[in-house]
Amino acid sequence: MSEDNRALGPGGSASRAEAEQAWTQAGGGGDHRRLTRLQRLTARFGRGTVIGVPYLWLLLFFLLPFLIVLKISFAEFRIGVPPYTPLLAWLEGGYIQVKLAIGNYLFLLQDPLYVTAYLNSLKVAFFSTVFALLIGYPMAYAIARASPSWRAVFLLLVILPFWTSFLIRVYAWIGILKNNGLINNALMALGLIDDPLPLLNTEFSLYVGIVYSYLPFMVLPLYATLERMDVSLLEAAEDLGCRPFKAFLTVTLPLSMPGIVAGSMLVFIPAVGEFVIPDLLGGADTLMIGKVLWSEFFNNRDWPVASAVAIAMLVLLVIPIVIFQHYQQRQAERAEAS
Amino acid sequence: MGTRSVFLVSALAFGFAFLYVPILLLIIFSFNESRLVTVWGGFSTKWYAELFRNEQMLEAALVSLRVAVTSATIATVLGTLSALMMVRFGRFRGRLLFTGMITAPLVMPEVITGLSLLLLFVSLDTMIGWPAGRGVDTITIAHTTFCMAYVNVVVQSRLAGLDRSVEEAAMDLGARPFKAFMVITLPMLGPALVSGWLLSFTLSLDDLVIASFVAGPAATTLPMVVFSSVRLGITPEINALATLLVLVATVTILIAAGVMWRQERERERAVTKALRAERGD
Amino acid sequence: MTETRAPGAATGAAPRPEGSRPGAVLRRAEARPIIEIDDVVKTFGEFLAVDHVSLTVREGELFALLGGSGCGKTTLLRMLAGFERPTAGRILIGGQDMTEVAPYDRPVNMMFQSYALFPHMTVEANIAFGLRQDRVPKAEMRDRVAEMLELVKLTPFAKRKPHHLSGGQRQRVALARSLAKHPKVLLLDEPLAALDKKLREETQLELVGIQERVGTTFVVVTHDQEEAMTMADRVAIMESGRIIQVDTPHALYEYPNTRFVAEFFGTVNMFEGVLVEDEPDHVLIRCDALANPVYVGHGISAREQATVWVALRPEKLAISRTRPDAAHNWDRGIVEDIVYLGGISTFHVRLDSGALARVTTQNLERMSAPEITWDDVVYVCWRPDNVVVVTS
Repeated sequence: MSEDNRALGPGGSASRAEAEQAWTQAGGGGDHRRLTRLQRLTARFGRGTVIGVPYLWLLLFFLLPFLIVLKISFAEFRIGVPPYTPLLAWLEGGYIQVKLAIGNYLFLLQDPLYVTAYLNSLKVAFFSTVFALLIGYPMAYAIARASPSWRAVFLLLVILPFWTSFLIRVYAWIGILKNNGLINNALMALGLIDDPLPLLNTEFSLYVGIVYSYLPFMVLPLYATLERMDVSLLEAAEDLGCRPFKAFLTVTLPLSMPGIVAGSMLVFIPAVGEFVIPDLLGGADTLMIGKVLWSEFFNNRDWPVASAVAIAMLVLLVIPIVIFQHYQQRQAERAEAS
Repeated sequence: MGTRSVFLVSALAFGFAFLYVPILLLIIFSFNESRLVTVWGGFSTKWYAELFRNEQMLEAALVSLRVAVTSATIATVLGTLSALMMVRFGRFRGRLLFTGMITAPLVMPEVITGLSLLLLFVSLDTMIGWPAGRGVDTITIAHTTFCMAYVNVVVQSRLAGLDRSVEEAAMDLGARPFKAFMVITLPMLGPALVSGWLLSFTLSLDDLVIASFVAGPAATTLPMVVFSSVRLGITPEINALATLLVLVATVTILIAAGVMWRQERERERAVTKALRAERGD
Repeated sequence: MTETRAPGAATGAAPRPEGSRPGAVLRRAEARPIIEIDDVVKTFGEFLAVDHVSLTVREGELFALLGGSGCGKTTLLRMLAGFERPTAGRILIGGQDMTEVAPYDRPVNMMFQSYALFPHMTVEANIAFGLRQDRVPKAEMRDRVAEMLELVKLTPFAKRKPHHLSGGQRQRVALARSLAKHPKVLLLDEPLAALDKKLREETQLELVGIQERVGTTFVVVTHDQEEAMTMADRVAIMESGRIIQVDTPHALYEYPNTRFVAEFFGTVNMFEGVLVEDEPDHVLIRCDALANPVYVGHGISAREQATVWVALRPEKLAISRTRPDAAHNWDRGIVEDIVYLGGISTFHVRLDSGALARVTTQNLERMSAPEITWDDVVYVCWRPDNVVVVTS
């Protein structure tokens, strides 16, 4: 094919090549059959490559690692390399011994540290989602109702922080919230307080950090559903006697539900497993599961327990992830239908 | 009417203040003379000079850039192939599994991705001796894996929106499928490929958690250096770095937006011109 | 142009014989006005959407606002509904000034072009929506919804969601929803535009039937002159934000007051000419495009040598192969094209002057071979009282 091109030059060469091919085909049918078989072979080879490469990549670097985590979560901790016991062992007489140690999971359940961390992660993620929704919804609504040129500017402003470093945006809050930070300095300079308020490393700073980091993820899907909504629906509601606020409650809010769910999931899911924000902004006593996993792995070097924590965390996230996937699919179907 | 728009305007103002005031403060205090980040001691650019003398920081930045460029490029190729599979190949064996694997990294907590990949690399190392030690390569593989999921989403939505008949017209005019794809489909996917690459680049450059897991002692990325120095306390050098990163991101975004805006304007102008020509005036 | 803006003015047109209006309209002419639009202006920035419009709609009438896209008809309708506020002027509904009243406080309802059905509510809930806003008691609400479902023949579909309905069914839900509150006036924005041709024709008559049954005043916005003709008691023709003529469909067709109306409302052969003889009982017009002068059997309020236009409807022209024996009102040409439509045929005759005349004939006999065929030399003629003369 590439030789064809060189001979005929770019642009419009395809049809000429085809015409010439058709010309030769008229002469002999055998040629034709050979060509199509060759074509079919290349097509199948191309298809195989397209499917094969990403498929293999994901099997090797996504599924396999996950299975390894699953495996190690059933092993026991030992000091050595690797720092866990093997699941399979050859016993004398040709038997294979499979040792599934569920002790790691029992340990998670028994030690209040883990249970508290799980519950606390859910709580923090939930309230962060609610706060992000409360701030994000009016923003998304206002952007969707702005004039098209303003809309583009606002969207750009929502997306822009996402392209700057996440870590640095979290870091910015340390300077604002710490004891001799900007807020405390300002309040003390105004004479409103004598001693600095403890703002950093509290629940408050944790929420601020999470909401701040994930706000764009809330605003964007909300904006997408609100912008798509037919304005005449609101006019119809008002025409039928509905006051604007009630029209919002009965029409806009239910219809923006897919955006609310998508945005909430985009905040909730990563917030549950968040490590950086609780580590930098959270207090010493704020236990979150991502942080527990991190310290279990890096500080205690207990791979089996860390793996068990990971598996348990995934189980915890399965429900919201399934909801999210379901809504994503519905969105996609709706987009196709319209 | 009035109260409603007042409410919306103040919601926007509050939201954007919340998003931008911290960033602005970072930038302002990067020009602070004083080492105390929160007390203004006069204008100075000395922290920028300090930043550029920080060997460790510069080295980490180079590692990060290398990883980001490589993994963004591989992820764009793999993500585009996956998108093609998902949109064009209909049913194939193992489609359900593939769908799961390509979307899961989007919602997988970073700590789990990092942990699982590290465990994989350790196991492989002991079993087949590869990858011997961990460093740039393992970070690149890890970043490629989660970035390709993002590229897949971006390209897939663009691909689904493409008019299939344009490609069919090319084939009708004699282009073979592969050629039709290269000449017709790929150029139409162009914007999606660019944004997928940029997205991957940013995600890779930004990642701390996964890199911390899979990086051996041989390689340290910029976020890892920033994280460890932030943990020790805040330094104006980080402010200077932040300012530079924000600047780069802003300029890139503005250029991209400007190009898109110009293209849109040109298209609109061409359309009006064509309409006017059609009407004959 | 000023006199043409007055409703019903027929400058330069023939005096209308009495009794040409259908009886129904005569009866409604005595009905009291329900909508009074008083010198309303609406501008969007620089753009003048509605230009000093005054209009009266009478109670129980089916009134159509007809015009091309961007003529201001939809803006006028949206001002009646309360979605746009007039820049100047007043709007009275049922004798009360509604200019500043919000949409949700007006006694009018609107049927949207897109139907604007609430996708998350059932058919029933959509219809009940307006009643719920008025806190109508439960029992009454149920009866009213049932009555509406009956009216639009959708009772079996009460529990469905809008996206499980066909286009025609959605249209009927929209109608039922906007009628459920028994509004004083129902505003319909292109009610049939989203339906296909066959369904549209059926629905036109159905809509008229429903209007007659409920007796509500309907104001319909449409760009389709056939639709306006089929449905409306009276039609206002709009162009560039102004009302050109308001009259019954019959009067608009037979007595257009301007070239615009004649050409917009039905097909017409239009020839520019000069008034050469102006007598009280007849006038003579010489057109460049016609070989013989045009004789009109009544006087015209225009001075001699004025430029006028002769409008001849295709079905009022006769075509034959024999040369008429008269001094005026005929011309010669060659058949260029024949459009056969079953019931009627339209001949495109290229006149000697080069102008084109369209002539419609009825195909009354099944077996007769067509007498006139392509490239025949034919004569086109018309009666003096079938000529419409307009001065602008």
